[in-house]
Amino acid sequence: MADVLAHITGTVWKIEVKVGQSVSAGDTLVIIESMKMEMPVEAPQGGTVAEIRCAEAQPVNEGDVLVVLR
Amino acid sequence: MFKKLLIANRAEIARRINAVAQKMQISTVAIYSDADRDLPFVREADEAIRIGPAPARESYLNAAAILDAAKKTGAEAIHPGYGFLSESGEFARACRASGLVFVGPPADAMTRMKDKSEARRIVSAAGVPVVPGTESTLPTASAAAEEAERIGFPVLCKAAGGGGGIGMAVARNLAEVEKVFRQCTDRARAAFGREGVYLERYFESPRHIEVQILGDHHGHLIHGLERECSIQRRHQKVLEEAPSPLFAGGANAQLSSEMLQAALTAARAFGYANAGTVEFLVAEGAFYFIEMNVRLQVEHPITELTTGLDLIGWQLRIAAGEALAVKQSDVVRRGAAIEFRIYAEDPVRFLPSPGTLVRWSPPEGEGVRLDSGYEQSNVVTPHYDPMIAKLIVSGSTRAEAIERSTRALSSFAVEGIKTNIPLHLRIVQDPAFRSGAVDTSFLEHRAKP
Repeated sequence: MADVLAHITGTVWKIEVKVGQSVSAGDTLVIIESMKMEMPVEAPQGGTVAEIRCAEAQPVNEGDVLVVLR
Repeated sequence: MFKKLLIANRAEIARRINAVAQKMQISTVAIYSDADRDLPFVREADEAIRIGPAPARESYLNAAAILDAAKKTGAEAIHPGYGFLSESGEFARACRASGLVFVGPPADAMTRMKDKSEARRIVSAAGVPVVPGTESTLPTASAAAEEAERIGFPVLCKAAGGGGGIGMAVARNLAEVEKVFRQCTDRARAAFGREGVYLERYFESPRHIEVQILGDHHGHLIHGLERECSIQRRHQKVLEEAPSPLFAGGANAQLSSEMLQAALTAARAFGYANAGTVEFLVAEGAFYFIEMNVRLQVEHPITELTTGLDLIGWQLRIAAGEALAVKQSDVVRRGAAIEFRIYAEDPVRFLPSPGTLVRWSPPEGEGVRLDSGYEQSNVVTPHYDPMIAKLIVSGSTRAEAIERSTRALSSFAVEGIKTNIPLHLRIVQDPAFRSGAVDTSFLEHRAKP
């Protein structure tokens, strides 16, 4: 299991994966928008998306868990 | 003159316009989103109207709500500041249709400039040199490849409807053109809702110099000399100075005088009035028109401080129909000034850094001025641009301005968020910057942590 955290404070702009999807290290999972910049949150390792803990347009803080990989 | 002005912007620039208007005995109306209700610009205006929730498209970009606020408060004119609706010809027309004065250029001039390939055609026909490139947007990747060979490599691919460097990419050979064309087309569609892209010759390390323009609605147009903004990161300005070190002490006088004249020619070709800025690239001893910013520039204070021009004051008087009473021969440079954009961002990784300003202790001293949108204990939210303030430092010479800047930046204390102040300090202490040897690739190679 690996928790993928928001690396900045902002708003979830897009969720690029679905629960059950398999991902490789470096794949974009979520895009956060902050201060007019779009910042991809990438998978730190390969695995399967076990949980998505955010929704599009939701404000998130640095350190919040966005996605759980298995 | 107007009795009441609505300021359709936020933070630093809203505060600045408010101060100028109040000094001119104009009563002011601020608009604000839910995210901004505690910021000083809301408190300082004579009236303040909540315009909507935090996201910009529901507040500062919501033209209908802004026009409604103007009507409700009885404002006669709207100053758009920079960013948001400032470059929207459509908004300027909507103001007029509502019986309001838009403080800016004529809507038609804005529309002509908005399409950058159209803008190139217009100034080129008037005799202003443009960067070699395509005359119109390109339909296919193979058309792009053909044009790239004609122009010569490297080429820069740009979105016709774009701004802020979004979608720009460089192709160094034929193989890269197709990839760059597709990438830029996708980005243009996503960001601006239109696909057109064009190509132009890419200079590896040009200087970026811009000319301030000011004109009234009676045919009188002057320039306010140049500013240099070569210190950029990803096409976003970081620091800007006036005069350009390239023209210091009367150097390159012919180039300078031709460029200033070309700026006037370009502005006339657009049918321009009010304040605007004509941007040029300077490379290999020649200058090339890039675009015209049809609004007040973020860095207008360094022109004001070194020429004495009251740019916002004149914007308001010109919009009210007054004649510009400044002659070209009155515009003379005195001293030097540097403006530092203070961003809420990590100075090493360049990531946004929203948060609470637990400590905000700006520097003071001779020639030091801070235009800030925030004060201590305010929250910098992630909803808007990361620029939270502008540090503006002037001196009788460039060397004096740099010395004062170094002291000011060193004593600028901020806690609670990260800022790019350490980056600015690295820049002003860099020997190449101090010698004036700057170009747009400066930050790629220098001022590293």
